[in-house]
Amino acid sequence: MPRRVLRFLRRGRVISLSGFAPTTTILDWLRLDERSTGTKEGCAEGDCGACTVVVARLRDGQLVHEPVNACIALLGSLDGAELITVEDLAEGDTLHPVQEAMVQHHGAQCGFCTPGIVMSLFALHHAHDGEMDRSRVENALAGNLCRCTGYKPIIAAALESCARPAEDRFARTASERIAALAAMNDGRPLLVGDDNRFFAAPTTCDGLADLLLRHPDAQLVAGATDVGLWITKGLRRFDQMITLQRVTDLALIETNEDEICMGAAVSLADAASILGQFDDDLEIMLDRFGSQQIRSAGTVGGNIGNGSPIGDLAPCLIALGATLELRRGEAIRSLPLEDFFLAYRKQDRAPGEFITRIIVPRPGPQDLIRITKISKRRDEDISSMLMALRLTVDEGRIAMARLAFGGMAGIPCRAPAAEGVLKGQLLADAALWRRTAAALAEDLQPLSDLRASADYRMQVAQNSVIKALAEMAGIPSHLTRIVPRRETRHV
Amino acid sequence: MSDTLRHVSRALPHDSARKHVAGSAAYVDDLPEPQGTLHLAIGLSPAARGRLIDLGLDAVRAAPGVVAVLTSDDIPGRNDIAPAFNDEPLLAAHCVLYFGQPIFLVVATTRDAARIAARMARPVIEKETPSVTIEDALARGETVLPDYAFGRGNVPRALAEAPLRASGQFRIGGQEHFYLEGQVALAIPGEDGEMLVHSSTQHPTEVQHVVARILDVPQALVTCETRRMGGAFGGKESQATQWAALAALAARATGHACKLRLDRDDDMQITGKRHDMRADWEIGFDRDGVIHAVDLQLNARCGCSADLSQGVVDRAMFHADNAYFIPNADIRSKRLKTDTVSNTAFRGFGGPQGMLAMERMIDAVAWSLGKDPLDIRKANLYRVGHDETPYGMRVTDSGTIHAIITQLEESARYRERRAEIAVFNAQSPVLKKGLALTPVKFGISFTLKALNQAGALVNVYADGSVRLNHGGTEMGQGLYQKIAQLVADEFGIGMERVRITATTTAKVPNTSPTAASAGTDLNGMAALMACREIKARLAAHLAKIWDCDTGEIRFAEDSLWAGNRRMSFGDAAASAIRERISLSSTGFYATPDLTWDREKRWGRPFYYFAYGAACSEVIVDMLTGENRVTRVDILHDVGRSLNPAIDMGQIEGGFVQGMGWLTTEELVYDADGRLRTHAPSTYKIPVASDVPQHFNVALHPGVNREETVHRSKAVGEPPVMLAISVFAALCDALNHLAPGKLVPLDAPATPEAILRAVRALAPGDVF
Repeated sequence: MPRRVLRFLRRGRVISLSGFAPTTTILDWLRLDERSTGTKEGCAEGDCGACTVVVARLRDGQLVHEPVNACIALLGSLDGAELITVEDLAEGDTLHPVQEAMVQHHGAQCGFCTPGIVMSLFALHHAHDGEMDRSRVENALAGNLCRCTGYKPIIAAALESCARPAEDRFARTASERIAALAAMNDGRPLLVGDDNRFFAAPTTCDGLADLLLRHPDAQLVAGATDVGLWITKGLRRFDQMITLQRVTDLALIETNEDEICMGAAVSLADAASILGQFDDDLEIMLDRFGSQQIRSAGTVGGNIGNGSPIGDLAPCLIALGATLELRRGEAIRSLPLEDFFLAYRKQDRAPGEFITRIIVPRPGPQDLIRITKISKRRDEDISSMLMALRLTVDEGRIAMARLAFGGMAGIPCRAPAAEGVLKGQLLADAALWRRTAAALAEDLQPLSDLRASADYRMQVAQNSVIKALAEMAGIPSHLTRIVPRRETRHV
Repeated sequence: MSDTLRHVSRALPHDSARKHVAGSAAYVDDLPEPQGTLHLAIGLSPAARGRLIDLGLDAVRAAPGVVAVLTSDDIPGRNDIAPAFNDEPLLAAHCVLYFGQPIFLVVATTRDAARIAARMARPVIEKETPSVTIEDALARGETVLPDYAFGRGNVPRALAEAPLRASGQFRIGGQEHFYLEGQVALAIPGEDGEMLVHSSTQHPTEVQHVVARILDVPQALVTCETRRMGGAFGGKESQATQWAALAALAARATGHACKLRLDRDDDMQITGKRHDMRADWEIGFDRDGVIHAVDLQLNARCGCSADLSQGVVDRAMFHADNAYFIPNADIRSKRLKTDTVSNTAFRGFGGPQGMLAMERMIDAVAWSLGKDPLDIRKANLYRVGHDETPYGMRVTDSGTIHAIITQLEESARYRERRAEIAVFNAQSPVLKKGLALTPVKFGISFTLKALNQAGALVNVYADGSVRLNHGGTEMGQGLYQKIAQLVADEFGIGMERVRITATTTAKVPNTSPTAASAGTDLNGMAALMACREIKARLAAHLAKIWDCDTGEIRFAEDSLWAGNRRMSFGDAAASAIRERISLSSTGFYATPDLTWDREKRWGRPFYYFAYGAACSEVIVDMLTGENRVTRVDILHDVGRSLNPAIDMGQIEGGFVQGMGWLTTEELVYDADGRLRTHAPSTYKIPVASDVPQHFNVALHPGVNREETVHRSKAVGEPPVMLAISVFAALCDALNHLAPGKLVPLDAPATPEAILRAVRALAPGDVF
């Protein structure tokens, strides 16, 4: 029997809720129900970070503190977790070290983004593993917009306060918090509401398959980094929502010598740590994917499943030769990832069917990978063009080429004409690079929109291919990029 | 006068700093709602131009939770929220003026109910083809205000006789404010038609006036209160009134408190931006790069109404000289009408656009002569004997900008880095570096003379605590803190005695907006006037008790002194009250010496100039247009700093905001006049990683020559224009591709704009 009450930890107490709308966000619950107004709404789309809260969970028995955009995260996603907000950090009149550093460095002017920034730094502080530098701080703050300070004092406050592991009240009471979270973890599925209107959190793949078969119109959701906007911006009010967040078998990463398998509910942050081992470019791309808040909530399956032509993960995984596995009821099937995308916002997924796993073959020693993400702003921006190229090179000759793009058609797509030009040719031949780029005119049909013109998209796609091939042929990346690659690493 | 300054010039934290970080600083949406508070949502026009046939509200009225639906017919007073020119309705009547214009108002029991209902409308509009771009407006010849020009000398002759000439057309993009706290107001009805409005506004007085106008009640019945804003940047100067007036309209109609908070996407679509402009320019100069004449026309896109465009475009013209002497200048402007949201104040108020146009001309001179742009800049700076601006004001302290540039050139190692960059660029086919050092001269005062006034009300209580009220508003710039520091030192008391209070029209009436960088200059002086009045009364009282001259009475260390005699400030206050002496006083200040005459096009519009300079280095990827600002050095003049930490914050923050304007922040309208970049997902302001790792900011030592508060200078807006150095540095990097050519780069310099310029300058293959 499912549990009928949502339970989460808040200020040392277990909150139990049974009467809430399935689409209630954490932010609305905080501001309208609990009347905790320290957490702000800046954009209601998970972009500005003013609403950042920290959600603490148990993972392998350890506490992890993740920054979350409360504006689009669903209240139901808190099941079994602890919710920490800006009001909770100070101890009486004594500010938390990140708060005190923000005051001392004059890191707040108007103060409206400040609660979110404090919470992002609180998460960073608790993620401390002995290293802290400016690039890590910038990465932690990529999802927090500040319009007043120019960030300089905030970065200084972060470097100072996050230099050491956390010794705050949350660290001191870690064992009690772990015990409280463990006590809530009953392994039972959650179903708040009734058959017509519910928020459900199954805990097994079988349970999910069964529930979705019975309610094929229910809205599947994981991190809600896209679905959340359908609620806040589209004002959609789903009656039935099923979250993947507690389906343990969908959160697994399994690896062997030949491939890695990521469950659909693996977060983008976790995917980054494993895919980043394939190649530095994957790590760089995933570092620029959304923000820390988005990457800790958003999932691999979600980024693929929503079928966006500008999702960054799909072209990368297509270039890597990934396979997608889907399930409906008991039936499981798999297909090459590129075949999943049929047309703009249309995918090969039947009602009641869901993505279970993504299987990615490991690159071999002869494989070279290059990824280019082009956007108006380097961090936390949607790509106007993303290029992913994987070559297998044998004694200077290209044995295999997989070239995929995002933002260049209605779906993430391969570039067969350009791949054909590359196959069997000598990589070092600069004329080949230009021929390959020219062939893209056959492969791609970009549009003009607010992010870029079709002309720029095509030009930058061609230039990115030329640049990637030049780098693969041996031109060092410090000559070709503003931010060079590190050593290419293989697992 | 106080003997010592315990607080002024100290880097004390913002008054709300501890509350900001703890989440306990309350903004309008955080205030406890009175019981029965209703929530509002606006119905938006689905067309940019046309006749409004029917609002189609049946489904809206029937939607769950809806209490009332209000239209222009429900406005008791005049349907006009315009700050000056009576040309902007609260709710559209008869015709629509821009895509997203408010056409009706939903009042409902919850925010969600109101918003869902608002989308159920099916308005019928007889659409017309909208005018969206500068070119559209020029073709139709539609303006919101008459053309205006000023100048000096004989431009046609000087241009004809100049040894060299250059000309071009240069586009300057607009900018969304992106204050983190969106527009919001809470209106609470009172007895006899009174209305209390909590508004996130830079201009409580205007909110009060407009609400009174809309409700048709005397201004004395309306109170507007503003404790703090979550950022404003000019976007809440005239354009916070509409939401406050709508909330008040609904509160009047329903008898309940009513709150209106705009969703971010709506906020961005239906509030004005920085004016985008097209500068049509011609410059005449000699072989040394000395300017002989400038002919400049600024075509400003004002949107659907005048709003503050008169002042904005005037200020663009006032800053089209930047820091340079132009012996013959013809500076003209068009205030173009388009069927888009009315553009408005934005930090710099037109100044940045005018200044950027001038710096483009300077760069063009340098490129055509093959000289370092810094040498051209230095050759043309105002100096003794060459000190008259195109509008008749004299620049009497040009030595400041000379000193700043000279020092920055050295501290930033400009010449050495210039040489290093030349070596780097010669060896680097894909990546090119650029460097630029640009000055800022910014005029301080409202150019509309009447606005240069401020009031304050200071109350001293029997225990010696002080309650401070003034007309300025707090939007993050630290105004409250600076003025509290001034007041504490004026009384010789500790900061803990000074209670900062929300700005309210009930205590200080008839105020000017907190704008034009003048908040501290005006309100600080008014507060000091009030303090001095109270001090004079206390001094007279103590002189009587101690039988000494009032001149012997000193205020220091939380006490009043005469020689060695001492009475604590609290005891002195209590004693004065027993003797029936008032310890409450208003203060008032009006800026002296302003003589600008707009009709005669001549005079002194500014009390003084604030100066600064920045040196920026960039690196550009010539295959993608991606770029990064790698180092910035700034030297900026704030006179005697009232609070160095706050001033540095304004400089750094202003610079980064300006950098965003000129690089990643791009406003895209479609042919229907609909803004497509209406959320942070599509409109990209700088994030932490965009800030240069090497970011060296210093205050130029010195004092204001004019008698401002403690000889300080205004700091709010000028730093925005330091970011012109980033744009100039990007142009410099591109100039390496084809020396001698004019770099065809418009603002903002997005990667796409840069790559377009690269292809125009160097169409060949890199590999």
